Amino acid sequence: MATKTIRVDYLTRIEGEGGLDLRISDGRVTSAQLSIFEPPRFFEAFLRGRGYVETPDLVARICGICPIAYQMSAVHAIEHAFGVTVDGQLRALRRLIYCGEWIESHALHVVMLHAPDFLGFPDAIQMAREHGDMVRSGLALKKAGNELMRVLGGREIHPVNVKAGGFYRVPSRAELAPVAESLTRAHELAVSLVRWVAAFPFPHFERDYEFVALRHPDEYPFNEGRLVSNRDIDIDIADYETQFEERHVAHSTALHSLLKRRGAYLVGPLARYALNFDRLPPSVQALARESGLGPSCRNPFQSIVVRALEIVYACEEALKLIAAYQPPALAALPVRPRAATGFGCTEAPRGMCWHRYEFDAEGTIHAARIVPPTSQNQPSIEADLAAVATSALDQPDEFIRDRCEQTIRNHDPCISCSAHFLKLSLHRT
Amino acid sequence: MSERKRPRLAVWKFASCDGCQLSLLDCEDELLALAGAVQIANFPEASSAIEDGPYDLSLVEGSITTAHDKERILKVRRQSKHLVTIGACATAGGIQALRNFADVNDFIAAVYASPQFIKTLATSTPISAHVPVDFELHGCPINKAQLIEVISAFLAGRKPAIAAHSVCIECKRNGTVCVMVQGIPCLGPVTHAGCGAICPSFRRGCYGCYGPMDTPNTAALAREWRALGATPRDLRRVFRSFNAAAEPFAAASEAHGD
Repeated sequence: MATKTIRVDYLTRIEGEGGLDLRISDGRVTSAQLSIFEPPRFFEAFLRGRGYVETPDLVARICGICPIAYQMSAVHAIEHAFGVTVDGQLRALRRLIYCGEWIESHALHVVMLHAPDFLGFPDAIQMAREHGDMVRSGLALKKAGNELMRVLGGREIHPVNVKAGGFYRVPSRAELAPVAESLTRAHELAVSLVRWVAAFPFPHFERDYEFVALRHPDEYPFNEGRLVSNRDIDIDIADYETQFEERHVAHSTALHSLLKRRGAYLVGPLARYALNFDRLPPSVQALARESGLGPSCRNPFQSIVVRALEIVYACEEALKLIAAYQPPALAALPVRPRAATGFGCTEAPRGMCWHRYEFDAEGTIHAARIVPPTSQNQPSIEADLAAVATSALDQPDEFIRDRCEQTIRNHDPCISCSAHFLKLSLHRT
Repeated sequence: MSERKRPRLAVWKFASCDGCQLSLLDCEDELLALAGAVQIANFPEASSAIEDGPYDLSLVEGSITTAHDKERILKVRRQSKHLVTIGACATAGGIQALRNFADVNDFIAAVYASPQFIKTLATSTPISAHVPVDFELHGCPINKAQLIEVISAFLAGRKPAIAAHSVCIECKRNGTVCVMVQGIPCLGPVTHAGCGAICPSFRRGCYGCYGPMDTPNTAALAREWRALGATPRDLRRVFRSFNAAAEPFAAASEAHGD
């Protein structure tokens, strides 16, 4: 029986590094493992004994690409534990800075990391030789998102302004005015981006995912909502651990999250979109329909279109929030610690990011649990890989390898939140 | 200029959050010009086109936390004419160096159900503990304007113009009113400049993410903090963060109990 091995030493154009191991036996894919070797950094361990005041700055360092997601889930958990409710303009400012993170993160992935797959380039810089306008508009979009992060947060990566109760300092209307100008231009660029990516050649491929995302009574979700799925999940975020569990597998330093009753599920843009299509403004819904999407999209290769639609949404929402903004009297509500457990769950660009902290009476952490989006998607990514490889078994190894790398990129995994060193081994027997 | 003559740039990742290499992609206005001036020969986060060394300039993000990475950094050094560390992880061991002050096996057991699957070193160490480093760029994260300056300097064969004074000078230059005189404890007087003194401009004290400046007087600053009502535990916590293993901050955190 012949054994064949194909190896790729790095999976590129993802954040962080990991490996892929495909085993094919008697013309059948017998195993598809996404190996994550990212050296563990032990956040949940060193958070024990730290104070609630420093927690948003500490957890930001889990991810340089989506620090706001970690800061937001943390401050909501702290406020939940200490009985504080942030609303009004402070709540609006939190949505606003989250818009900035979605725009910069999605623009990075759509244009710099994912689009080259569909057009046959190794990177966006090579792609710029033939598609210079789109690469430049992708960079301009990213810059607009980063400008929002900088004005509200002080800097693009690891912003310094988020705290429990609100912010250290809130912006004036005058500070936000130039951001609104950039966002107006960014909105036009984002609409063109949707039309550009919607015309990419997509493989015919669909999977019957269980989508999981936040759902809010009125809004497309950022910070708040119930956790719902397209099957029977509809729970308070505090009940997450009754339905979901993490398993430690040998091939990954990222824990695998699974639905206790059913196994793999999917978080991220495809899940948010399918579960909250009715919360998108009519303009974005119309653009989705024009792009050939229904109210749900099960083809992971088309996630690039959904991400681009979410950039349009984030630009519109940010402009709406800025137009209605009146500086609040207090930059932050007073926060007084007490012995309690708090839960926070918000929608990172890559999907929901769930936190639980147990505090003592002084606000020192006794236990912390953080579930990043990529560890939740890992089992679904492996199932995608098995299905994609199965559909391509009669193709050359090179084709299978490229298609598998693209399959992983479809979900924009942030392996730094969880992973290192991707290499593909393909074993055929 | 022909392909062959352009200097070859490589970007490497060790244990880190990716934020410092993202700073390069965040240079939205300069990125395409930079890609014209250098050949980006190895930057896996941005490109699938990976070329073998040697490289003229290697930017290294992240700290050394595994036996495998200890070997890998030696190979990176051998292939690199110049090696520059970018950020607090590569320069000081990063937030993951908090394990250096604890028992790593307790840390593993706190996070993982099957500790036998986890291979890690007991410490997180900076790149300079393993190989010679030509320049260390501070920050968690680095400042992208400083990154462009460092790349330009190495390409031009000159020393990077990066000041090693404290954050205080940046506040003075910005016209930001000192937060300490308003009663807010601040690490600015002992912290390496480079961020542009962002925190005081947001009415909060500096939390030291750029690490210690040259010859910091942490003992004098600790006395000022105590006078403002900070507890020994506050001092221990603030010195023990993203640059916890940098010697002056490590010593200052040891000097204050919980």
